[in-house]
Amino acid sequence: MTKRKGLATWQEITTGCVVFDPGSASEYHTGSWRAQRPVWDNQKCIKCGICYIFCPEGCVQQSEDGFFQANMDYCKGCGICAHECWPRAIAMVEEG
Amino acid sequence: MAKRIGMEVAVAVAEAVGQCDIDMAAVYPITPQSHIAEHLSDLVADGKINAEFVTVESEHSAMSAVIGASGTGARVYTATSSQGLMLMHELLPIASGMRLPIVMGIANRAVSGPLNILNDHSDIMPQRDSGWISLFAENGQEAIDLSIQAFKIAEHKDVQLPVCVNIDGFQLTHMVEPLEFPDQELVNKFLPTRVPYATLHPAKPVTMGAFSMSDYFTEIMKAKDEALKNSKKVILEVWDEWAKMFGRSYKPVETYKAEDADILMLTMGSMGETAEMAIDGLRAKGVKAGLIKLRLWRPFPFAEIKAVVKNAKKLIVTDRAVSFGGPGGPVFSEIKSALYAEIQRPAIYNYIIGLGGRDVTVPDFVHMFEKVIADKANKAVDTYEFWGVRE
Repeated sequence: MTKRKGLATWQEITTGCVVFDPGSASEYHTGSWRAQRPVWDNQKCIKCGICYIFCPEGCVQQSEDGFFQANMDYCKGCGICAHECWPRAIAMVEEG
Repeated sequence: MAKRIGMEVAVAVAEAVGQCDIDMAAVYPITPQSHIAEHLSDLVADGKINAEFVTVESEHSAMSAVIGASGTGARVYTATSSQGLMLMHELLPIASGMRLPIVMGIANRAVSGPLNILNDHSDIMPQRDSGWISLFAENGQEAIDLSIQAFKIAEHKDVQLPVCVNIDGFQLTHMVEPLEFPDQELVNKFLPTRVPYATLHPAKPVTMGAFSMSDYFTEIMKAKDEALKNSKKVILEVWDEWAKMFGRSYKPVETYKAEDADILMLTMGSMGETAEMAIDGLRAKGVKAGLIKLRLWRPFPFAEIKAVVKNAKKLIVTDRAVSFGGPGGPVFSEIKSALYAEIQRPAIYNYIIGLGGRDVTVPDFVHMFEKVIADKANKAVDTYEFWGVRE
């Protein structure tokens, strides 16, 4: 599908929805149904990376300072990172 | 003109598919389709056609295999019947959703239970909303012709949808009929090499069958619906071209003595020719009876149906399947829905006939007409009856 602003109309959908740009799945932002978001408390974080390892979406990323954050374009709010974080540095906060 | 030869229709369908330069077929044998599977596999094994014949372990795999092969740009064929079609059901909307021009022959047979191997239309009716173009053959010649035309329709750049050709099991598949095969050179001219919209190839990767959430699903369904509706234009063009090249014409709605008829009957598939004999008998007695034969089930030919019934007083719709707990047979409810908004429309009656291979004879059809004519107060309008049920 050609890159455009906004969502395509039915006339613009390719025949059979063929995607001609390989590796374009990252353009499809799938984090829209999240009810809670993970919030890191870097005072408690020991940079162990267990959140990074356990995130089933692969959306937890390490910043240059060594702390972690989730990419909200893909985070579903499942809470696995918060559950696994043994120093309890991650809180699940209701989405407004 | 080509020579007419006597051949069993199922074998002839495989021969006709063999004339279409297919690249691959995946067919799992099931009664009464088996002779299509067997003969097509013979053609490949004997080196008469240059194609891959994939021996799959089920119909689910057969449909999966032709979907994959069609995605590479190959011309593919499969055939099934009854339980096999039910097993394929999950994949049918995927084939049409991916807009793959697969051609499938269906040797129509009753669906279990109880187990029954004989002919009716209870296998194709549950597939109605799968997004496939659906054609019905009335005799062996039509089964051959439609099978060849199906590739051209399916692969047309404005269609790119799968097509199924319904061929009544036993009543057609196992008959030996005098058949005329089109010349191979003319078939080659009629059916050029497939030009796929996209192909699966490692050198130029694409994604087929990607995931879609609510933000796109509605648009994708709308696009598919429009594609199916628009395919009728191409189907008509292909039938015109066929008539010019091979001298046999095809219409979405065929008629027999319907022009001045007061009372019409509608059939689908092989029952049409028996019903024609009943019409002849009734006409001889002065009854202005006529017949409508529905060839194109999807996309449904609304305009053509409206045009042929508008002057009739009564219309008998025959169904070869049951919509349990519903408004009558599936064809009946479709016809009623098509005519609902018409100011001038006939009184519509429904007989469910020929279930599980039960014979429907010429006197049966005559009796249906007589019964409807006798209903002067139109008491049985909009109701349905299981024809010949013991009670």
